[in-house]
Amino acid sequence: MFRIDPRRLDLAAEFRANPVGIHSPELQAVLNVMRSLPLEQRYILIRRTPFREWVLAQFTGVRNEPPRIYHDKAFASPEEAEWAIFKLRWKHATGEELHEKDLP
Amino acid sequence: MTRRLVAYADRLSAHPGERLKFMVNSMGSEDYRADIVRLRCGDLDPNGPGFKETIVESPVAGSCKGRRQEIKAGSCAIIDDDPRLAALTSFTLAAYIWPTTPDRDRQAIIGKWCDIQRRGFALAIDEGEATLLLGDEKGQVDRIGSGTALHPRQWYFVAATFDADTGIARLIQRPLDPMLGGPIDVARLAATGRIDGDNGVPLSMAAFLAKGTRPIARYNGKIDRPRLASAALDDAAIEALAGANVPQPLRDVVLGAWDFGDGIRTDRFRDRSDARLDGRLLNLPARGMKGHNWDGSAHDWKAAPEQYGAVYFHEDDIYDAGWDVDFELEIPASMKSGVYCARLTQGEEIERVPFFVRPPKGRATADTLFLVPSCSYMAYANEISSMPSGGIEHGFGHVPAYGPEDLFLWTHPEYGLSFYDTHIDGSGVCYSSRLRPILNMRPGHTTAWVGIGGSTPWQFNADTHIVDWLEAKGIEYDVATDEDLHNEGIALLQRYKSVVTGSHPEYWSTPMHDALGAWISDGGRFAYLGANGFYWRVAFHDTLPGVIELRRCEDGVRDWEAESGEYYMSFTGEYGGLWRRNGRPPQSLVGVGFVAQGFDVSSFYEFQRDAADPRVAFIMQGIDPAERLGDFGSVGGGAAGLELDWVDAKLGTPWHTLRIASSLDHSNAILLVPEEINSATPAMSGRDNPNVRADVTFFETPGGGAVFSTGSISWAGSLAHNNYDNNVSRMTENVLRRFVDPTPFKMPEG
Repeated sequence: MFRIDPRRLDLAAEFRANPVGIHSPELQAVLNVMRSLPLEQRYILIRRTPFREWVLAQFTGVRNEPPRIYHDKAFASPEEAEWAIFKLRWKHATGEELHEKDLP
Repeated sequence: MTRRLVAYADRLSAHPGERLKFMVNSMGSEDYRADIVRLRCGDLDPNGPGFKETIVESPVAGSCKGRRQEIKAGSCAIIDDDPRLAALTSFTLAAYIWPTTPDRDRQAIIGKWCDIQRRGFALAIDEGEATLLLGDEKGQVDRIGSGTALHPRQWYFVAATFDADTGIARLIQRPLDPMLGGPIDVARLAATGRIDGDNGVPLSMAAFLAKGTRPIARYNGKIDRPRLASAALDDAAIEALAGANVPQPLRDVVLGAWDFGDGIRTDRFRDRSDARLDGRLLNLPARGMKGHNWDGSAHDWKAAPEQYGAVYFHEDDIYDAGWDVDFELEIPASMKSGVYCARLTQGEEIERVPFFVRPPKGRATADTLFLVPSCSYMAYANEISSMPSGGIEHGFGHVPAYGPEDLFLWTHPEYGLSFYDTHIDGSGVCYSSRLRPILNMRPGHTTAWVGIGGSTPWQFNADTHIVDWLEAKGIEYDVATDEDLHNEGIALLQRYKSVVTGSHPEYWSTPMHDALGAWISDGGRFAYLGANGFYWRVAFHDTLPGVIELRRCEDGVRDWEAESGEYYMSFTGEYGGLWRRNGRPPQSLVGVGFVAQGFDVSSFYEFQRDAADPRVAFIMQGIDPAERLGDFGSVGGGAAGLELDWVDAKLGTPWHTLRIASSLDHSNAILLVPEEINSATPAMSGRDNPNVRADVTFFETPGGGAVFSTGSISWAGSLAHNNYDNNVSRMTENVLRRFVDPTPFKMPEG
């Protein structure tokens, strides 16, 4: 299985610049790994106000059990939310924090 | 962030003079205000055409009393109470069972059990094992269990007897597969007083009925050959009872030998015993299901009904919510054909129940018909597929984003599921009804997995982009639903010069398909403004209104897969699955068919050589063929996206079809559909497979008609761009204006 290389900050920068749409093959490989996490660890979003506010949430892995909603983790755009989740997944996969200031 | 006010109507469409009934559940029990609105656009996206509705004067406008109404989900079989059942003191109960969730709470198999009085008798699954429940007049209960856990998805023969004279109770649990061990046979003196069937409840299977109507102790799994006798039978007699027919020596004591393989198209089932205690099914458990004796030699239940004697029950089956009516609307003659909603307002909570007003019966009030893809709305009704599974985020291309409707449905399984969902036991949902609130067919709703932030309109709201555009362009239109087309056939289409689809007309019954095909051949003009249409074959029920069936057979994009041997639909006996697998690929009807899908961003088209053909000059009028087509739009930024259709001569694209434009440069998340992949390769996406594309096509028919197809679901999201002044809008308008011109189209020379 492909392992995410924490030194490849260029791929994080590519995602930050364009979270959805056409990605390089290497960024796509990173995303494929990130999107395969078990359900109980899967981050999702809840639309708190349509087209204005999204909040972070996580499935519990139990059917018909409401997701855990992190009301303090709110985002004004889905791109910001995608980036926040990318950072969480990066940390999960590599053990290392991803800081915006380190991006190339 | 959930819903407190939900409602549904008894029908989707009505002519002036007809009545619609509205049923409402106000969970807060407060009053609400009702209004009728005409809807032009239901998309809240600030980058789209904008949300547009207008209040229509109506006698229902005003304050309404709120009240709670509940849905009682769970399918079961019921045999109405009968003196012969009430008189039972000794008995034998038996059935073949295929339990799917034996570890869940107590589940009824067959019995006459009153849970409130804890009185009666039943064969059930309790603590994971087959169990005989006995309850006497004093509410004293005994349970005789097999002591051996049932394995899920395995066939067992289970039986229980009680002899009133000796007080001996017996329980048999025998797996059909010897790998699961030998038969269990437990017999002992019951620790109860007198047992009888005189408890005022019906005999039921797969659930007990509380207060006469609420299924409890709901079973998940199949039941085959349920049996009841009025005596405690011995081994040989029990064995004989399990046969297909009632043995002559047992005819006096058998009170029920039910054959689920008979009447598969109905919600009734027959008793083959002399007692003739026929029964009915509640909440549409699945029929046409393989029985314990299915040996793979037959795949069509019509050819071998004796191998399809099982009914598959689910605790989350629902057909008709059956709520009491809160208000009714008689469609006034002044109400122009179009899309309307009953808008119910309770503080910040707003529920809108869409309905479609048709022109006066038997008439057209416009040249163009907007055919509302209501079968597709029903197919997606209350879809939560991405919640239990986490979905295929790889295919979404973004993190799914859920809204209040999703959160409500997630915690209210009784509102039922869609064709995209699996039941609690993992089996596919093959029936979907509109007689319940459908919370994702609501203005303002967005779909979690469609577009970044779950912000892209899908189905109903995407289709209102087409409605909005028709209004903006002043193109007069009537509306009718798929269900209307199913019921009325070609006569409905023959009243119009031109028919326009929604963005995703995916689900088609045979009568609908027949009518459309015949009308196109006969000179109809058809504008297919979407993609992944004419894909799945569905069936309507002979007698039950408002419900359709789907079998997800051997091919196609399938959120679940029908079991082998269960590809024939129970409602009609037709082979289910893809139209492509039933001799009618979409290409043969409309020129293009499904090739790829993905839910992140959209792309654009480039004009092809055929765009210069004089036959399509009317389509290209005012459009520069050097431009990109649809390099804009509120759905993923382009007119080619979400789901894509392409031409394929092998699948029947007519020989003279002109490919006006094709899309390109799709993203990593736009992936080929399974039926286009006989063997997986790493090159499956818009980045590395040239087949990932949408085609805009046109062809004429011998009857003077024509078909225009856009090959993309996101087409509708580009119509309103730049105040409706753009090449997607212009091309669509060029087509629809010509399509109402009676001058026949001419076929090219062959």
